[in-house]
Amino acid sequence: MKALQNLFDSIKPNFEKGGKWEKFHTLYEGHRTIAFAPDLTTKSKGAQIKDATDLKRVMITVVIAMVPALIFGILNIGHQHFLAVGEEVTWIDKALFGLWSVLPILIVSYAVGLGTEFTFCVIRNHPVSEGFLVTGMLIALVMPPHIPLWQVALATIFAVVIGKEVFGGTGMNILNVAMTARAFLYFAYPAQISGDQVWTYLGDQTPVDGFSGATALAVAYNAGVEGVPASQALAEHNASLGADFSFMNMFMGWIPGSIGETSTLMALIGAVILIYTGVASWKIIVSGFGGAYLMGVVMNLFAANEFMAMAPHLHLVMGGLAFGVVFMATDPVSAAQTETGKWIYGFLIGALTIIIRVTNPAYPEGIMLAVLLMNVFAPLIDYYVVKANKTRRLQRATV
Amino acid sequence: MSKNVKLRKGFDINLAGKAAKEMVDFEPAQTFAIKPTDFVGMQRPKVLVNEGDTVKAGTPILFDKAMDQVQYLSPVSGEVIEIKRGEKRKLLEIKILADKEISYEDLGKIDLKAIDRATLVEKLAAGGVWPHIIQRPFGVVANPADEPKAIFISAFDSNPLAPDMGFVLQGEEGYFQAGLNALTKLTSGKVHLNVNGGEKVPAIFENAQGVQINRFSGAHPAGNVGVQIHHLDPINKGEIAWTVSPFGVVQMGKLILEGKYDASKTIALSGSELTTRGYVKTISGASVSTFVKGNLQSGNIRVISGNVLTGEKISMEGYLGFYHNQITVIPEGDYEEFLGWLMPSTKKLSFHKAIGMLSFLNKGEFKVDTNTHGEERPFVVSGVFEKVLPMDILPTYLFKAIIAEDFDEMEELGLYEIIEEDVALCEFVDPSKNDLQQLVRSGIELLMYS
Repeated sequence: MKALQNLFDSIKPNFEKGGKWEKFHTLYEGHRTIAFAPDLTTKSKGAQIKDATDLKRVMITVVIAMVPALIFGILNIGHQHFLAVGEEVTWIDKALFGLWSVLPILIVSYAVGLGTEFTFCVIRNHPVSEGFLVTGMLIALVMPPHIPLWQVALATIFAVVIGKEVFGGTGMNILNVAMTARAFLYFAYPAQISGDQVWTYLGDQTPVDGFSGATALAVAYNAGVEGVPASQALAEHNASLGADFSFMNMFMGWIPGSIGETSTLMALIGAVILIYTGVASWKIIVSGFGGAYLMGVVMNLFAANEFMAMAPHLHLVMGGLAFGVVFMATDPVSAAQTETGKWIYGFLIGALTIIIRVTNPAYPEGIMLAVLLMNVFAPLIDYYVVKANKTRRLQRATV
Repeated sequence: MSKNVKLRKGFDINLAGKAAKEMVDFEPAQTFAIKPTDFVGMQRPKVLVNEGDTVKAGTPILFDKAMDQVQYLSPVSGEVIEIKRGEKRKLLEIKILADKEISYEDLGKIDLKAIDRATLVEKLAAGGVWPHIIQRPFGVVANPADEPKAIFISAFDSNPLAPDMGFVLQGEEGYFQAGLNALTKLTSGKVHLNVNGGEKVPAIFENAQGVQINRFSGAHPAGNVGVQIHHLDPINKGEIAWTVSPFGVVQMGKLILEGKYDASKTIALSGSELTTRGYVKTISGASVSTFVKGNLQSGNIRVISGNVLTGEKISMEGYLGFYHNQITVIPEGDYEEFLGWLMPSTKKLSFHKAIGMLSFLNKGEFKVDTNTHGEERPFVVSGVFEKVLPMDILPTYLFKAIIAEDFDEMEELGLYEIIEEDVALCEFVDPSKNDLQQLVRSGIELLMYS
């Protein structure tokens, strides 16, 4: 390690004031602090010792919590592909196929995102922050498996610049950065991120008879339109391939969808990691699922069509609800920040997701818009929670 | 009506280097200093002595022109050897070389039965013990012109490695009670004595008369007087409460019963880098070099006057702070650590359980150095400060209000109720490494002076 330290030391003068790369000193420090935790000590007044946890460790915890979803996503993409084209292959082949699909997206997301971030750090002269460690992974996981890479790049740039840097960088953003990226693509290039054709990659091969690329949400929605019981439609979908939308299949995640979002189980494993480490708010996760379930029950009460009449527990495993509630809604910067506010915020995300799913014909998936909408409303929720705190203090004074 | 309060929030930092409950012997300190910077809120200190003057213990050394009744007295007799000033002639230290045998100014005993409040205030202010009375809000030396709604004394220190108050004050029962008697004359409200409900209460506090004894239990900051006030009789806008440390009460008692300014105190020598740890008798403002030099386990260390959360870094020739009852010596943390943000460890102390932070598995003591373990960042993680501040206050919003210099928000969110020490744990656990104590002080100054 001494050698690496020496290397850093040897190039350091170039980045100091008056050095030829003075402008890039934040990048130098950014890289050095990744290799070595810095030698900073506490100030002479105030806390003389500090907790060993820093933001880098918090962020890497979130990334690690997403790894199960990533690995499953890679496998599932291969699985869906070979299922659709009717080939029997080994799991290794499926994994390789999945890697070949996912790795480029992941690399583009990180490379472009970090590039944008570094550019801003140099221009704005602020330290390289670790927020994009998480965002880069999230963006990749919410993309369809074969989205054009230039679209990934464009969405990432848009999200980092408009979603984050214009507000002042990490910690200052109003909207969840990764959701901003996805929403950008959704409205700019809907053909590549919605419909029945993008979730399973066929290449130039023809699908086997009876194959349909629709997602569970689309199937359930159409069931509502056509008046077929949703559970029946889900059970019959791709049944000849053995890939129906049973509760178990959807819970495990062996269904078409964005790279990391299909498996409820993997999202729950992530949730366990996040809750156990205390990095994400369990209140948001619990109330998010609770809100979705309760809204499912409410829909049952009305039951104006077959989709509304669908058993509410199916909502929890369909689409990206689990992934969104666990990884997107819990982003501490864009979520509600008061403890009471977190309950309300999570609950409304869950409930809104179901409302959008069931009642809006244009967007079969509700979680994306629900999270973004509640990001916007989170400060309002907090405003009232904070106001209640102030009022308690004021009342105490007048008693 | 005494109260029993159980606090659920907070965090006990289990540091290595506790002071053994025994007296240890060291050569007495030779030089002593009064540091005007110890007295938060002192605006225009004026020195009354010159270099070369001889003084007795109890001779006035300086006062604040903004509050000129309050005198700051010499803790020892001897010769003023240096008046040290910093940038812009800011007064830093007045150093006194002590005599072998201390002689005292006769300040006159105080008969509490006969005296009225105004004269008592005058005597305490002239007798050097007034700076022990701290005003809330703001945590500054109390103004003798005010009358507080109540007076609060925290009888235990829950900070890491803190001295045991019962041990430090043993044998001082008479003085302590005399001090309490004086305090009850200063307020028409109650005098609260808050003891640790989690352990056996020392006799000196248990037998205290004329005060309301409340029990607080829970992790640090249960011993912080600000937290206690919040649960007993919170401070609202326009109200004033006073706080005094148990040591301050004893010193008041000495003035009342003996008529002299006796600044002797027992302090704890603690911290993982000291070889001999324990309690030692010395005098306020003592040079710490006699306790530290030759008593170290390693070379690269930091000497702290006070505890590791709220104390102040001093040099090896530095002086004990006026309000401090302990010296802590811990390793300096000026090193880089390869992938320090990623490596798992059970030895690195953390309140959090983020990946690799396994200190919660380790039930032993932790040796902690001064490394910040990361750079400063904007607030990102939410809900952490709330877990270590057992008050109905929203710390993150309060901090942001201070950053934004929003006066109304600061007031409404409770800045009248906290001072630096109350957010010291927030500062410790903050993964974004912000200097929150300094921030709180800057907010208080905004409210005070504008």
